[in-house]
Amino acid sequence: MEEVPQGCPGTGSAQAGRGASCQGCPNQRLCASGAGAAPDPAIEEIKEKMKTVKHKILVLSGKGGVGKSTFSAHLAHGLAEDENTQVALLDIDICGPSIPKIMGLEGEQFVEDNLGVMSVGFLLSSPDDAVIWRGPKKNGMIKQFLRDVDWGELDYLIVDTPPGTSDEHLSAVQYLSAARLDGAVIITTPQEVSLQDVRKEINFCHKVKVPIIGVVENMSVFVCPKCKKESQIFPPTTGGAEVMCQDLKIPLLGKVPLDPHIGKSCDKGQSFLTDAPASAAALAYRSIIQRIQEFCGHHQPKEEHLVGS
Amino acid sequence: MSGGRAAPAQHTSTCEDGPVSHWDQLGPCSLPVPVAHPEPGNLAGVRHILLVLSGKGGVGKSTISTELALALRHAGKKVGILDVDLCGPSIPRMLRAQGRAVHQCDSGWVPVFVDQEQSISLMSVGFLLESPDEAVVWRGPKKNALIKQFVSDVAWGQLDYLVVDTPPGTSDEHMAAVEALRPYGPLGALVVTTPQAVSVGDVRRELTFCRKTGLQVVGIVENMSGFVCPHCTECTNVFSRGGGAELARLTGVPFLGSVPLDPELTRSLEEGRDFIRDFPQSPAFPALSSIAQKVLSEAPARLS
Repeated sequence: MEEVPQGCPGTGSAQAGRGASCQGCPNQRLCASGAGAAPDPAIEEIKEKMKTVKHKILVLSGKGGVGKSTFSAHLAHGLAEDENTQVALLDIDICGPSIPKIMGLEGEQFVEDNLGVMSVGFLLSSPDDAVIWRGPKKNGMIKQFLRDVDWGELDYLIVDTPPGTSDEHLSAVQYLSAARLDGAVIITTPQEVSLQDVRKEINFCHKVKVPIIGVVENMSVFVCPKCKKESQIFPPTTGGAEVMCQDLKIPLLGKVPLDPHIGKSCDKGQSFLTDAPASAAALAYRSIIQRIQEFCGHHQPKEEHLVGS
Repeated sequence: MSGGRAAPAQHTSTCEDGPVSHWDQLGPCSLPVPVAHPEPGNLAGVRHILLVLSGKGGVGKSTISTELALALRHAGKKVGILDVDLCGPSIPRMLRAQGRAVHQCDSGWVPVFVDQEQSISLMSVGFLLESPDEAVVWRGPKKNALIKQFVSDVAWGQLDYLVVDTPPGTSDEHMAAVEALRPYGPLGALVVTTPQAVSVGDVRRELTFCRKTGLQVVGIVENMSGFVCPHCTECTNVFSRGGGAELARLTGVPFLGSVPLDPELTRSLEEGRDFIRDFPQSPAFPALSSIAQKVLSEAPARLS
């Protein structure tokens, strides 16, 4: 049982430990003493750790299955093609860690000398092992990843997330809050069912004050390999990412067509940027990666207000 | 190392990480007020409960939940849909029920009926948001509490099937749903994957979850199985191939069928149309009907 009282006022509140709904909560004395209001020391520890990491990018989406992990992996591949750029990819999708498979890793953590990967997937002994954890335990793992992994000198740390706006996302933002996140890249597909979840993710970013680098629209259009005619498998019934970005005044970093090569490469654990370099999808990815590099190069993130301190 | 902070007191943890922090106050803060005298038997009239699960996001759980409900309705069944995807509640839109209000009755909340005949009812956090773009930024404990309420405080009435749509993963929502539903009888599971190995990798873990929590897996559905070009009829395996069958082989679970990519299906869901009624000629129809037939014929035996 991992529940808090329904009317929990929150540890930062003046009512912490003192409210009517605090009666009987095992943490009541702790909250009433004011200790709960102090920031987690891990935040400072992670800030120290992150001093050797130049740029930190979150890859988010409200919606599942839009290509976050695919994009994260290929962003990492693309950046690491310059052997002088040190890149790490952190997979905080605790329940569904796809990154090891997409990067072709079975436990070793380096794809190249300059491209390292961390994922809970490496800690599981069998492909059938399920990580059936509630929020607090997932948060603990994310804290450990950020604080206890020896990241070293990095140009880019890319953080791949599960879909949603919950524990993993709050923890990633919370623990990186003092360490200057460059921003978030938000992935969507063209249909409204995706966009309606993605708008929530955008709201989440505004609420937690994470800058939005831009939106990537995946699975934009399908070109038949035989007749070369286009079809829209996921129709943009409400105008797709383009209209959403115009409405919300957020940059659209690019649109990536639906290319069967991408799925195949991911299944084989290879970079489709090298498997199909002249494809429209590879060119779209490269253009998006370049725009992200430009954003990171030009923007010095503002000092984040230390929440809770 | 920041100094001056006393180590947390020892406590038998109801919250592994210590007290709830202010980070948990984002998003709609108010849970719906619990019903004063909830009907203890709000699920007593439900014959079969079926969870739709996947380790992987975006494979079509909500699509399959919706189409299954529509197909079961056309077979004369009364169906309830419980949408426990609190961060990404898709079902209201898929059944053209966005923006509807939730009313109360003596036994609790009345689920929203999506059709005039009242043969499909639905409960989703989507109905409780002030605006459709509002993000539900809750940690586990708060999500668990709402899911419990959705199970015990909604007056589901007499249903042949309660279909429970879930978010991807094996975490709070899944555990809360299983714990809350377990007292009401054997729980069935329909597991959805796409053909890709990346999906299979996640879905295997979901099947472990099913085994560990005692869910009876009725079968595996493979979604997004190929696309037939409308211009030249060439079939392309957009998301690789073979995953569903491989999963069934690895785990000994029945394979219920493959649903092809079908823009008409996607469009129907966007617009909240009844795909089963309106598009019987469309590529995805045969597979969806067949899957519903198998659920109708096999679920009762498996779940008795």
